[in-house]
Amino acid sequence: MEYIMTDMTAQDRPYEASMGDYFALLKPRVMSLVIFTALVGLLVAPVPVHPFIGFVGVLCIAVGAGASGALNMWWDADIDALMKRTAKRPIPSGRVQPGEALGIGVALSGFAIILLGLATNLLAAGLLAFTIFFYAVVYSMWLKRSTPHNIVIGGAAGAFPPMIGWAVATGNVTIDSVLMFALIFMWTPPHFWALALFVKTDYGDAGVPMLTETHGRDVTRRHIIVYALLLVPVAIGLGLTSIGGPIYMVTSVVLNLWFVKGCFDIWRRDDAAADADNYAVEKQVFKISLYYLFLHFGALLVQAALRPYGYGGW
Amino acid sequence: MAIHVEHEIHERRKGRNFGLLGLLFGMIAIVFGLTIVKAVEVGDASKLEAFDRVVRPAIIPAEGAAE
Repeated sequence: MEYIMTDMTAQDRPYEASMGDYFALLKPRVMSLVIFTALVGLLVAPVPVHPFIGFVGVLCIAVGAGASGALNMWWDADIDALMKRTAKRPIPSGRVQPGEALGIGVALSGFAIILLGLATNLLAAGLLAFTIFFYAVVYSMWLKRSTPHNIVIGGAAGAFPPMIGWAVATGNVTIDSVLMFALIFMWTPPHFWALALFVKTDYGDAGVPMLTETHGRDVTRRHIIVYALLLVPVAIGLGLTSIGGPIYMVTSVVLNLWFVKGCFDIWRRDDAAADADNYAVEKQVFKISLYYLFLHFGALLVQAALRPYGYGGW
Repeated sequence: MAIHVEHEIHERRKGRNFGLLGLLFGMIAIVFGLTIVKAVEVGDASKLEAFDRVVRPAIIPAEGAAE
């Protein structure tokens, strides 16, 4: 087919996808969060890992996350084309063909899972395979278009990386890694719903049932404070495990007070008040939520770095 | 004969081709690096030895050595 088309003039020729277009399929911004949390999971584990194996482990987790992003874009190309935020993605904009995205997603998934299994252990590879399955099938194909709680359950896919990083180092799943998972899992809904309140989304036009659209914005505000409160014991509980310690605990208490206060403010007001100050509180809480996750995992890293000097843990 | 551009597709797909080349070299580096690291991590070099077509009495465990 390509050879026939080479006789066409440059104007008639279809757009040729670049490496950048293919890279965009992997959702690089999501990948950066995956790399950070997986790296923390790996570094805070009590078992030392050879730096090169650690590097390959995190690379596989990142590539696996990217592959599930490509599969998500392949499946959601129809609704992505209907929404402003996603209309410029490689498939709806015509830069990459859907079949290419499917091929890249499947190939990279297989590559990442097999290499992770060979380089580290089968548990880590199995968890990565489940994460890709969960994001591509459970979230994208099933939940996203069928329930307003899509983001709650789908958030699990984003919560697995630190658990996989931990499994790369230790070869097992413990309360420490489960709580790292739970921290991201419980953090995702209030983080996302705060964003949903101030960004005028067109999910409704695309037929995606978001909580703000199906149950209204006041219900979303209530959900934000409930999930923020449920997040507190998880974050504090993580501080009581073997990877926690005084530095993490102080950081966590301050961040939780800050976040709950912000979510409380969101709950106390309505859209009329929010319109009056251009959603200042909602935007502020969204920003706090980013600090919240980054600083919690950063504190775990500091705690682990101080361990050899006798200052880590309890 | 020197390699030269025969068709505009070479120019058009240059970025993709070099990108793929980089990925392939990266893959080689990863597999090579893993091989070295895994071999070094075994520690005892004698554990890496095995028979290869020829019987090597030197690496046959002595009788009763395990006891």
